[in-house]
Amino acid sequence: MQIYLPIAEVSVNAFLLVGLGGLVGILSGMFGVGGGFLMTPLLFFIGIPPAVAVATEANQIVASSFSGVLAHLRRRTVDFRMGTVLLVGGLIGAALGVVIFNWLKSLGQVDLLVRLSYVVFLGIVGGLMFLESLRALLRAKRSGAPQRRRHNWVHNLPFKMKFRVSGLYISVIPPVLVGILVGILAAIMGVGGGFIMVPAMIYLLGMPTKVVIGTSLFQIIFVTAFTTLLHATTNFTVDIALALLLLLGGVVGAQIGTRLGTRLKAEQLRILLAAMVLLVCGKLAADLLIQPSELYSLGAGE
Amino acid sequence: MIRALGLLLCLLPLGAQAEEVVLGLSRDQVAITATFEGDDILVFGAVRREAPVPEGPALEVIVTVAGPDRPVIVRKKDRRLGIWVNTEAIEVDSAPSFYAVTTTGPLNEILRRTEDLRHRISIPRAIRSVGAPAEIADPAAFTRALIRIRRGEQLYQSLEGAVDLERDTLFRTEVDLPANLTEGDYEIRIFLTRGGRVVDNYTTTIPVQKVGLERWLYTLAHERPLIYGLMSLALAIGAGWAASAAFRAFRA
Repeated sequence: MQIYLPIAEVSVNAFLLVGLGGLVGILSGMFGVGGGFLMTPLLFFIGIPPAVAVATEANQIVASSFSGVLAHLRRRTVDFRMGTVLLVGGLIGAALGVVIFNWLKSLGQVDLLVRLSYVVFLGIVGGLMFLESLRALLRAKRSGAPQRRRHNWVHNLPFKMKFRVSGLYISVIPPVLVGILVGILAAIMGVGGGFIMVPAMIYLLGMPTKVVIGTSLFQIIFVTAFTTLLHATTNFTVDIALALLLLLGGVVGAQIGTRLGTRLKAEQLRILLAAMVLLVCGKLAADLLIQPSELYSLGAGE
Repeated sequence: MIRALGLLLCLLPLGAQAEEVVLGLSRDQVAITATFEGDDILVFGAVRREAPVPEGPALEVIVTVAGPDRPVIVRKKDRRLGIWVNTEAIEVDSAPSFYAVTTTGPLNEILRRTEDLRHRISIPRAIRSVGAPAEIADPAAFTRALIRIRRGEQLYQSLEGAVDLERDTLFRTEVDLPANLTEGDYEIRIFLTRGGRVVDNYTTTIPVQKVGLERWLYTLAHERPLIYGLMSLALAIGAGWAASAAFRAFRA
């Protein structure tokens, strides 16, 4: 069934959109990532104008994250305290990100820089996670005994705060910095930023994997809601019909994903996410390196 | 004086008013609804004559349908440090968002270049590009790329031989509009040519616009963006909650 999207001004298959939403929703529930880093390029691919894809994706992430967070709330795997600290950083970061974005736009080449930052960030995060979880898997097979968390420089900073749900007593500086970084990326790359935040929470802050996902979803809801409003009021590029179709699939997918996630071991979950991040990174890198079949592209003039 | 008038009357059938277009359209507007999948417009009409069919070259008909003109930026990618980057760009001052030319025969045979220049009939002529920056070596390649890309999206069409002309009087053609249309007034032009010269032309417009829910959402998004944004968020939160509640009920 074809449906005409009022803001995107294109006609697309409604079932395709629901299906895409569902697929990305499953990933979102499983890994605690918003799925924007997958969905946004997929929307470009089916012919949605990039500006509309980015803005609408933010709105859709709100829905799938909210649905996911409710499932985590019931299992008490959301660290509100940590989430709020991350959120403070996130909102500052998002505002900074918009400023940076507009500055890059005035220089031209914003498109390239967005792509490059995707490749660099996805590559680093995916590579590190893949190696680490591979090591963890092998170690688990050999010894079976879980390793005790080591103390690192993060534990020697001031402004310490107790995060009971995470079982941590650490400084608020690293989580705020992580939040700011994620906020900047969210605004520039049009994603929730979970794919950066989840590994940062695990490896940098040393949070238990169990609470990482719920907490990251909690933060993502607010950052993407803020981004949605920003896009809706300045660029008029949020397509509510597109969002509705994506989130019909997305919210159901997120519920399924959350349940699937509890069945898998943390190491398996991490290695799967890492593989996926690397896959998207590889595709984006290939697009930059291989000669495109059409060298020219069209954009709206002033 | 009377002789001069008589001469004028003799000459008149050879002039522009000898054959005139009388036009009909299958519809008076194109409505973009939620399930819009593209549409087609049937353009039909007749050639009215005061005198018998003139001798000489055959009558040919050209029908063009043009969407609203918009400026377009055409960018070209080049390899820099191993990656493909947008380098050169040209702003085309005005290009129709949709353009279809349908004719009774090959355009270069039934229309002279000078007439094409005057009436801007063929696709390259319908695009207006004033000047390119001096550092761009081949500006024409950018215009060709624009046409190639839009042809690929069915936004530019040239259908030679798609106009049916019966007994030099009745003509009809169908133009398929794709789903990704820009809103606005679409201009339909009909040209009658003989020996490559335009003997008459007729212009009319047909509005293409969103209706119903599509119209309402579009207007709301542009005129009350905050309310629209909040509505989108409410919808997202509501859907997220509903799915969660539904799954809980399902499991219980």
